[in-house]
Formats: sequence, C-alpha cells, structure tokens
Amino acid sequence: MQNIPQKIVQGKYLRHKKNFPHVWCPGCSNGIVLGAIIRAMAKLEWKRSNTAMVSGIGCSSRMPVYVDLNTLHSLHGRAIAYATGMKLYKPQMNVMVVTGDGDATAIGGNHLIHAARRNIDITVVLINNYIYGMTGGQYSPTTPTGDKATTTPYGNLDPTFDICKLAMGAGATFVARSSAYHAIEANNFIRKGFEHKGFSLVEIISACPVIYGRLNKKGSPADMMRSMKKNVIPQKSYDKLDEKQRNGKMIRGILQDIDKPEYCEVYDELVQSLQNKKGNK
Amino acid sequence: MSNGKKPREVEKKPEGVIIKSDDSPAKMEVRHTEIKTEGDYKESPVYIYHDWCVKCGICVAFCPTGVLARKPDGSPYVKNPEKCIHCETCDRLCPNFAITGAKQK
Repeated sequence: MQNIPQKIVQGKYLRHKKNFPHVWCPGCSNGIVLGAIIRAMAKLEWKRSNTAMVSGIGCSSRMPVYVDLNTLHSLHGRAIAYATGMKLYKPQMNVMVVTGDGDATAIGGNHLIHAARRNIDITVVLINNYIYGMTGGQYSPTTPTGDKATTTPYGNLDPTFDICKLAMGAGATFVARSSAYHAIEANNFIRKGFEHKGFSLVEIISACPVIYGRLNKKGSPADMMRSMKKNVIPQKSYDKLDEKQRNGKMIRGILQDIDKPEYCEVYDELVQSLQNKKGNK
Repeated sequence: MSNGKKPREVEKKPEGVIIKSDDSPAKMEVRHTEIKTEGDYKESPVYIYHDWCVKCGICVAFCPTGVLARKPDGSPYVKNPEKCIHCETCDRLCPNFAITGAKQK
C-alpha cells in the first residue's frame, strides 16, 4: 500500500487512479471539502452502490467526477430537484447534493427552499466561495457588499444572503456552518448531516484565491485560510462583539437540529392507508 | 502487400493491474498502471507525493511545529522530521491529496 499517496484513498471512494490530479486551481478549498466528505462516508461505512452524489454546474459541482459512487451531473441549479426524485424512488438510498453558492441560492434558490420546507431526507453540502468561479467571476448572491467581481468592477451594491438563516426560515431540520480552515469540524458536521433524518444543509465557507482573491487583493491561499480563522467564529465570541465589529463575521457551529416527520415516510403512510381503504370495500 | 509496404505495427499498451469490485456501481474492469513513487516513506513521518502537488503552500503555512519548509521553487519538503507530533493537519488541509501524515509508532 506504499504506492498510495494518501490514507483516505484506502476507503475506495476516490477514483484516484483515473482522474487525478484534479482540475481545481491551486489553493482551492474544494479538495479539502471532498476529503471531508470521503472521511465522513468512510466513518459511517456507507456502501458505494447504495450512495448517490448529485450536483449541478460550477466548480464544486465537478466533484462527482472524482468519486466512485452513483453520480449525476445535472442542470444548473436543479440538483436538488433531481435528488428529490431519486430519494422518492429509492428511499433506502443515501442521497447527497454538492452545490456552490450561485448554483444553490441564485439559480436553484426556489428548489432549495422548497426541499427544506418538504423536509425530505437529503444532505446538501453547500460550498460558499462568494463568486461564480467557473464562468469567469460574476458576482453571486453571497458576494460581500463593496467587493469586486468581473461584473461589478466598482464594487458590489447588493446586500448579501445569509444561507443558513434562509434554510432555517424555510424549515430545514439540520443546519450547520463551518469553513475549510476548520476541516475536522467540517468533517464532523457533514457526518452529522448524513446521520440526520430529514433535510440537512451544511454550509462550508471556502476560498477562491485565483478569481475572488485576486480581484479583491486577499493574498495567497494561506492568507485566505487565515482570514477564515478570523472571520468564521463560534456563537459565544460573536455575542461579545459590538455591532461595528460584527461586520463581515459569520457564526460557525450547529445552528439548528430538530425532529420533524420526514417526507418519504409520510408519503408511504398515505399510500398504505389508501390501499387499506380499497381492501375494506 | 501490393505496394511492398509493411503493415503498420500496432503499439501494445502496457499491461496494468485489473481490479474487480462488487461494491462499485459501475461494475466494470478498470485497467491502470501502478503509481510510481520516490522518496523516503519509511524514514520520514510525512510523505509528499510530488506528482499531485501544485505548490499552493497551505501545508507549510499551517504546520504547527514547523516540520515542513518550501524550496525556492515553492514545493514543500520535510525539513525537521523529528518535530512531527502526528496531528495530521497537513493531511486534512491539503486540497490535492498530495501529503500523508504517517501513524505514530
């Protein structure tokens, strides 16, 4: 086994002999998130034939190419809609969705809120890098106000989306946020999202050093990771700050964890009750 | 051959290892060659796989005890192997799966 470059390859989830090295830019956090997902799956000992990964379009949505699972690379923003159909047809299957911020909140925003409202048992891993990376650096709903993108050369005017609050308001039962710098915590949150029964959303703040970092002069990949350590903070230290200091900071941790009836079970109950009625007549 | 030309020789592809797995959803034979490695995997606590490394510098920046350092071209190397505390930070933070922290003996 000495030929194998990293230990996580031993879990057999990575297609490390076919498509590597991957196409993501140097310093991109998508690889860290992929490692966290694979470690979480290996910890839960999921079978590859019983697991599905669905994605839309974008940098992060390139991820299904690198894993040896049932994968689906679907339309822009519609990944959650595809995953809903997959889960309803095979409720015993473990379905996860990997999307970016523009994919899930701008183009697929409607699908995100309605899947959260329905509480179907899907895990959404949302990689938030503040920009549309693959299509050339347009501003996304999560680009901070005043920051530059290729379509906003004098600064972005729009206020930003708080994705976790959006999901909580729509009725998601498990919501957590972490960053690529806190890789062990991200790994644990993804594992808890996989274990949770119901709609779970894990937002992971990540770095795009090549487009977003270069336009806004954020420095090297290591500098961007250090700024994550400063800006993504736990609830306790967030409460101590003033309103001025809170600008640009984000809370990390498990923000919501409740139990509600799951959609596939409710659907099965309805079908069975109707079948019993027919039998009685 | 009527023209007197020799038939073109077909190059043989190198025979790789065939792996069959029941668990995989694709259920097809994957033929590939083994990855060649160089370096000091047995002696060093940290192993760097240079074919996949893109020299982003994250592992060097976040090693808590300063085991790793950068060469002038930016690629990392193991400078102080005796300082390693086996925390696996480099292992988890590498975006390209190019570095491995060995287990503590």
